[in-house]
Amino acid sequence: MAERSFAKEVQTLRLTEGAEFEGEGILAVTKALLQSGVGYVGGYQGAPISHLMDVLSDASVILSELGVRFESSASEATAAAMLAASVNYPIRGAVTWKSTVGTNVASDALSNLASAGVIGGALIVLGEDYGEGASIMQERTHAFAMKSQMWLLDPRPSLPSIVQAVEQGFELSEASNTPVMLMLRIRACHVVGQFRAKDNRRPPFTLQQAMNNPSRTFERIILPPSTYAQERAKIEQRWPAAVNFIKDRKLNEFLHDDESCDVGIVLQGGLYNTVLRALERLGLADVFGESKIPLYVLNVTYPLVPDEFTRFAQGKKAILIIEEGQPEFIEQAASLFLRQADIQTRIIGKGPLPMAGEYTGAVVIAGLRKFLSEFGRLPAADVPLLPAAMLARNVPTRPSGLCTGCPERPLFASMKLLAREMGPMQVSADIGCHSFSTLPPFDLGGTIMGYGLGAAGGASFNVPNPRRALSMMGDGGFWHNGLTSGIGNAVFNRHDGVTIIVDNGYSAATGGQYIPSSSAEIKGRRAKNRIETAVRGVGVEWVRTIRTYDMKQTMGVLREALLTKFTGPKIVIAEGECQLNRQRRIAPAIKKLIGDGERVVRERFGIDADVCTGDHSCIRLSGCPSLTVKTNPDPLRRDPVAYVDNSCVGCGVCGEVAHAAVLCPSFYRADVIVNPTAWDRVKARLRSAVIRLLT
Amino acid sequence: MRRSRPITLTIAALGGQGGGVVTDWLVLAARRAGYFVQATSVPGVAQRTGATIYYLEFFPRGDAPSGREPIMALMPNPGDVDVVVASEWMEAGRAINRGLVTKDRTTLIASTHRDYTIGEKIALGEGRASSRELFEIASAAAAKLIGFDMVRVAEAAEGRISAVILGSIAGAAVLPWGIEEYQHAIKESGVGVEASLAAFEAGREAAVAAALKPLTAAAWPDDRGIIDSSDYTLAQVSPSLRARIENRFHAALCDLPGMIAARLSDYQDEAYAALFLDRIERIAAHDAAQPDDPRLTRAAARALGLWMSFEDVMRVAQVKTRRGRAERIRREVKAQPADLVQVREFVKPRVEEICGTLPAALGRRLLASPRAQRTLARFTAGRRISTSTISGFALLRSIAALRHLRRGTLRFQIENQRIEAWLEQIAAIAPKNYDLAVELAECQTLVKGYGDTHERGWFSFSQITSLLPNLLSDPKGAAHLRALREAALADDNGTHLERAISSLRAHALDAA
Repeated sequence: MAERSFAKEVQTLRLTEGAEFEGEGILAVTKALLQSGVGYVGGYQGAPISHLMDVLSDASVILSELGVRFESSASEATAAAMLAASVNYPIRGAVTWKSTVGTNVASDALSNLASAGVIGGALIVLGEDYGEGASIMQERTHAFAMKSQMWLLDPRPSLPSIVQAVEQGFELSEASNTPVMLMLRIRACHVVGQFRAKDNRRPPFTLQQAMNNPSRTFERIILPPSTYAQERAKIEQRWPAAVNFIKDRKLNEFLHDDESCDVGIVLQGGLYNTVLRALERLGLADVFGESKIPLYVLNVTYPLVPDEFTRFAQGKKAILIIEEGQPEFIEQAASLFLRQADIQTRIIGKGPLPMAGEYTGAVVIAGLRKFLSEFGRLPAADVPLLPAAMLARNVPTRPSGLCTGCPERPLFASMKLLAREMGPMQVSADIGCHSFSTLPPFDLGGTIMGYGLGAAGGASFNVPNPRRALSMMGDGGFWHNGLTSGIGNAVFNRHDGVTIIVDNGYSAATGGQYIPSSSAEIKGRRAKNRIETAVRGVGVEWVRTIRTYDMKQTMGVLREALLTKFTGPKIVIAEGECQLNRQRRIAPAIKKLIGDGERVVRERFGIDADVCTGDHSCIRLSGCPSLTVKTNPDPLRRDPVAYVDNSCVGCGVCGEVAHAAVLCPSFYRADVIVNPTAWDRVKARLRSAVIRLLT
Repeated sequence: MRRSRPITLTIAALGGQGGGVVTDWLVLAARRAGYFVQATSVPGVAQRTGATIYYLEFFPRGDAPSGREPIMALMPNPGDVDVVVASEWMEAGRAINRGLVTKDRTTLIASTHRDYTIGEKIALGEGRASSRELFEIASAAAAKLIGFDMVRVAEAAEGRISAVILGSIAGAAVLPWGIEEYQHAIKESGVGVEASLAAFEAGREAAVAAALKPLTAAAWPDDRGIIDSSDYTLAQVSPSLRARIENRFHAALCDLPGMIAARLSDYQDEAYAALFLDRIERIAAHDAAQPDDPRLTRAAARALGLWMSFEDVMRVAQVKTRRGRAERIRREVKAQPADLVQVREFVKPRVEEICGTLPAALGRRLLASPRAQRTLARFTAGRRISTSTISGFALLRSIAALRHLRRGTLRFQIENQRIEAWLEQIAAIAPKNYDLAVELAECQTLVKGYGDTHERGWFSFSQITSLLPNLLSDPKGAAHLRALREAALADDNGTHLERAISSLRAHALDAA
């Protein structure tokens, strides 16, 4: 079960012609796909488009009603390869993932797809994970578009524009036989707004029709000599076709472009709102977008249209190119266009604007002010917009961490304790919740090489040595590619290290989507595929499965794995259901039991403030959000005492840590018996009577 | 008059607090009130920690020319935010540091509660940022500051903080529509409506009250401070000891030794409390010169009181079987009157603890013999003793009773020697270098905790005190000792302390 349910929202996907759609960006994209008569959809979750996958799963009924095939793909590569259906058949297909990481994974299929070309519209919806809130390295998708000659849409971040971009994207793809990428920045994915809906369309050509009338074109297969012909086709037919379509259909916008103004601004569509707000604050535009400065809005950032650039620059002293990210591809291209057309307009871009980093409102205002004052559109005097605010000193950073009761906490605590016993370890980390092992208080893991690549990242540490190297992998990453790239590789190369596969039952970090080893019954899918069976299947002989909450067992098995005489890959499957999903599952049930007057025992941990001496070693081994500190009630002591707040779910780790680490006797577990039985009450009364005598 | 700019609102929340729910409610309310609304967020990952940011803009439909819609920003811009809602006190600080709170326009609505960050929690001692300091900055930065403890209000109303946040926005009257728009939004979203409405109302009233009665620094009485209330007071001390304290100590100082004497009478017996007084009076002699500012006596008394009541097995058992504890736990775990609460203690004595509890001679011999240790090791398995059962309680109770034999135990003798040596050093240093003596007294704070933690602390303490001869001659000796102590508390593997010591040695060489 995904973290967020869109069961209610997806009903808006049924809206018909003229109805007002209100909702989140990703929901609008889904509606736009249906309005475009898409035939099949796939993808892989990951912020900021995780919710798009959730929406599609929750909408599966509506999708099948329309005859649209949806599946949540095993990886971005799978999703990209799915688009093969649009190579030989006039079927529109759409896939989605987090970029650039997902695009990296998909790029093999994408390159082949782009080379073969498509006859059915192929749309790739990308969540551009760049800037504040991003969880990955900072790169641009733009480069992929350039290297493979795919087209890149970067629409204005308002629902009508995004919806239009989806529809036009399919047309552009078909007009130029080229797959089209539609990139949405983080906030655009989550923007809530409204647009006028259209009727949904059934795919005019269905997958059944394709399967019943198979067709193939040798020219579209990736083999020489076709590949040479395909490259020429990209340059001679597809690219010009795209440029003409963009021009004729006016996908890019010229706004307020009157000759009287001798400067202009070229901007990526996705930055439109930010730029307009900046102009408004500088007194050069109103809130409705009436700008005193001419604007050339690139809703398509690749390919660029040379004569649109020359037309916009013509007769202007200078144009500012507002292009987020590096390097400055658009600025370079523009310089070439103007040079070749021998137009002397100055091109300003990176300089007033930074080469690296997100273009926030503040950054854009600063850049605009530099540019506009240099060219006399603003008073040169650089008055600060806000009085230099007094900064709050030492506001502590607040990194993400493992949730209360997370099953991975005892695993990392065990590893930390083991490191104290056996010395620090070489750990190759992976992507997922377990990435937080690299943060305090655990500080385990030296590298993250990509999703499911934890074991692969430790591949070189396979030389004769008394101490073995560890690597980590999540169940999500395992099914994504780790089974082959990590485990299979370790078997084949006789890797003597230890790989821990964290099995929490979901793709948890992306919001709890199901994966092949999830234990739930999922309509239309087959889960419950065991990780152990899979690793044994690729030839692993040494496999142990542990329950992470049992730290004694966990430490024992890890110790064994690190010391055993057995040479070859040692796989430890660390089981423990994602606590978020578990609570989502059991909390309502428990509530009902209590309501029905059933006997329920609620476990919770606590600390005796007058036994705790305020050293916080327990916190340094746990980092649980519910294990916090409070001012020491003992006037002689200065250090705050540890304290368990009410969010505690009684997972038991505090007790395990207290024992495993021989910490201190401050911890107690309180079993709160709700709706106690008569016998419970008798016992309790008897006990407390005697205990009162003893005190 | 027509609006020419949107109303802008930012919510700085923590993952799991429901900032998204608040945003959805605000969107519904704004639409119902006839406003264009745009909301965006940077929700972060699925985990229930970390900072999240939500941003909304509102514009009255009536003020837009027909067919025109306002262009709304997707992120808060410094200097362009009307309302900042922070659901945690340090998140308010983060918003200020981002420049989102400006004197000319920003109303800052913040919860005054703290949700400590991991960095603050893992410190070996006090690592919390100062809430009071942030208050000074927040009140200076905002056009208007409305602060109250949203968590407390939510708990009192038995609702979620998200509804309290919405209520605080309504109560602050910063958005141009009425209460019913908010209430309707809650009803429309249709989950847990009753509880949410109640929490909304509680939050609204709290905000109204907070707006009338602005925050003051007094809102943080115990901010990173020492609280002066105690279970132990001078009043509990026996008349004879009390008389002794009152005529030996400066009136202003009486409470401290009184409190400690009471603590030690409970910990051991009256004679033990008297021993404390003998000891501290020796130190107090060095303050005779400055009766109105007896810094050394204060520092030494506090430290000595703690050290003399060191946590051995008997003490822990005594505390865990104290009258009233069961009730305190019931309160802490929020048990309803009808609920039963059963308590299990997690204890895991090491061989050292077991030997420490034995008569000194025996304990020493056992610790010396590997075979005996192996045998004892069998008894060191982690135990869960239920103090809610008669047997479990009786067991701890009888262990607590052993405190009458404490003076004969190995642990007592060890600690006693250490205390004596430490006091000797203080007394010896005080006449030569008063400040150094005060710092040495403070060093007791290093020796705390149990098991390995306690040993680590004692090791740092010994390392530091071994340097005293060099420090004594050094005019900056006191400052150096403080630095060393802070280094010892900077990590739990001694790295900082080693660095501090070697740099001190280098410094000494330069001097020489």
